[in-house]
Amino acid sequence: MMLSYREALNQAMREEMRRDERIFLIGEEVGYYQGAFKVSKGFVEEFGARRVLDTPITEAGFTGLAIGAAMAGLHPIVELMTFNFGILALDQIVNNAAKLRYMSGGQLSTPLVIRGPGSAAHQLGAQHSQSLEAWFCHVPGLKVIAPATPHDAKGLLKSAIRDHNPVIFIEAQLLYATKGEVQEGEYTVPIGQAEVKRQGKDVTVVAYSKMLLLAMDAAAQLAQEGIEAEVVDPRTLKPLDLETIVASVKKTGKLVIVEEGWRFAGLGAQIAESVYSRALDYLDAPIVRVTGEDVPMPYTRPLEDAAIPDKDRIMAAVKNLVAGS
Amino acid sequence: MDRDDLFSLYRQMLLIRRFEEKSAEMYALAKIAGFLHLYIGEEAIAVGTIAALRADDYAISAYRDHGHCLAKGSDPNRVMAELFGKATGLCKGKGGSMHLVDAQRNFMGGYAIVGGHLPLATGLAFAMQYQQRDQVVVCFFGEGAVPSGQAHEAFNLAALWKLPVIFVCENNRYGMGTPVHRAVALYSNLTDKARAHGIEAAQMDGMDVLAVRDMMQKVVDQVRRGQGPYFVEAITYRFLGHSMADPAHGHYRTKQEVEEERKRDPLVVLKQVILDHKLGTETEFKRLEREVMEVVMASVKFADESPFPAPAELYEDVSVAES
Repeated sequence: MMLSYREALNQAMREEMRRDERIFLIGEEVGYYQGAFKVSKGFVEEFGARRVLDTPITEAGFTGLAIGAAMAGLHPIVELMTFNFGILALDQIVNNAAKLRYMSGGQLSTPLVIRGPGSAAHQLGAQHSQSLEAWFCHVPGLKVIAPATPHDAKGLLKSAIRDHNPVIFIEAQLLYATKGEVQEGEYTVPIGQAEVKRQGKDVTVVAYSKMLLLAMDAAAQLAQEGIEAEVVDPRTLKPLDLETIVASVKKTGKLVIVEEGWRFAGLGAQIAESVYSRALDYLDAPIVRVTGEDVPMPYTRPLEDAAIPDKDRIMAAVKNLVAGS
Repeated sequence: MDRDDLFSLYRQMLLIRRFEEKSAEMYALAKIAGFLHLYIGEEAIAVGTIAALRADDYAISAYRDHGHCLAKGSDPNRVMAELFGKATGLCKGKGGSMHLVDAQRNFMGGYAIVGGHLPLATGLAFAMQYQQRDQVVVCFFGEGAVPSGQAHEAFNLAALWKLPVIFVCENNRYGMGTPVHRAVALYSNLTDKARAHGIEAAQMDGMDVLAVRDMMQKVVDQVRRGQGPYFVEAITYRFLGHSMADPAHGHYRTKQEVEEERKRDPLVVLKQVILDHKLGTETEFKRLEREVMEVVMASVKFADESPFPAPAELYEDVSVAES
């Protein structure tokens, strides 16, 4: 069936909440307002205000509350209106959720999902447009997921909710309305498995979340110009499915990594390091990264466009790489 | 007054006192490292409060947490072993002094980011309410946490949702070296901070274990009945430095002040009650002293003889393995 990314997330949470009474949804405007981006549409009507909790605008407070509830056996889903606001909850996420299992020598666990949109939408300015996945990936104890398609969004969110660990689940405002084929009935997508979204032999393009859609567009157009790009979506950023990426690189000999986030110390740097250490001999040329620019996001449209990777930049990077080797 | 009851309280406080003194000694011998924050002077709060709880009630603390952990019933051997970083420690040596956890006893941990565990306490309480269980949560923290943003976010949510959590503010007058009057506006009555959120609040003498238990019994009953959170400010004093790295007195407080406060020593206060009521003799106190020292010495022996964790333990417990 065709579903929007938003509907897919809604279904995933709805199915899981029907299955397991321990699951509750907590965040700003998730209840009577139906979600700032309408992801939890109909939830308060179905599950009641006991399990769908509108909060004050205090991210540290309600994220910490959710972590404490998880310590006592519940399974919260925290909706951050955007991950920019998650910065206010970083102490809770990094110092508590991620570490409690370890610090307690395996006595405690904090099964919860912290989800919401990351990355830029349209002209929201510097404080509402950040791609912060690399921050979370850096922290031991967290799993990080950033699905691009409705099918993956539903299947991975269900896996995240069933996981026994804290999972950071990063969506995107510009993905909510996108549509795609979603498998009928009950299914999950396993955490930690990449997927080859398009087969190709000339070059591997790794891209996730919103950037995957650009990479797929770029690959389609490149094919018309005779370049067959293989597009790999890690889907889960941590633990990263390096096997699938390396297998593709061994086939194509070339790698372009696309991410919307800042270049310096970005996730692509880590992926590149991992690929170099595993498949250096298979690379015909240095790995190329297409990234966001190292600037706070400007408001004005032309500058914002210049700060974020687009299809043309991905195509140019691929063509240069293929031509140069 | 019940003699056995008074001696039981005294024994628990004495155990914490001697355990802490021995920890300081072991720190000097480099058996214990890192930050070590001792509870000496504040024992009546943990003992009196936890005496008012049921065994299945929750407690959660900040980094000065040995006393709360021991009062909750944890094995002194495993607490000392944790301080020594040994595999037999409560947390297999991975937590250390500031992060003691004893999940079996619902002691949910020591936390070392000031203010950061107050939201967790509201979450534990939320879980009780959500599951219609009647356990309460006691959250211990210093007055240094009171002005923090996370504390106020926690107060607001606790009050808003009437959560069964009791905030116990251990006001020892100094956040490390900064006196409360230089850190908190309207510092003279910290209960006002909670009242501003609609939380019922009271002050108590944190050096008098009987006063603490009396107050906490009323508070726990009320909170257990579902009447929402409560905030208690326990007036206390830390006899030693902020941590083992700090002096007991110096630039921030005088020797005379410390000596004056030591007259309110909770052990001295309770002992006097027992003697005044002729419920015990010096001989009995001496016997108790020997008994407690044996427990403490045994904990040191246990910790010392226990192995360090195996190298492979480094990678264990980062995540819960998925079945």
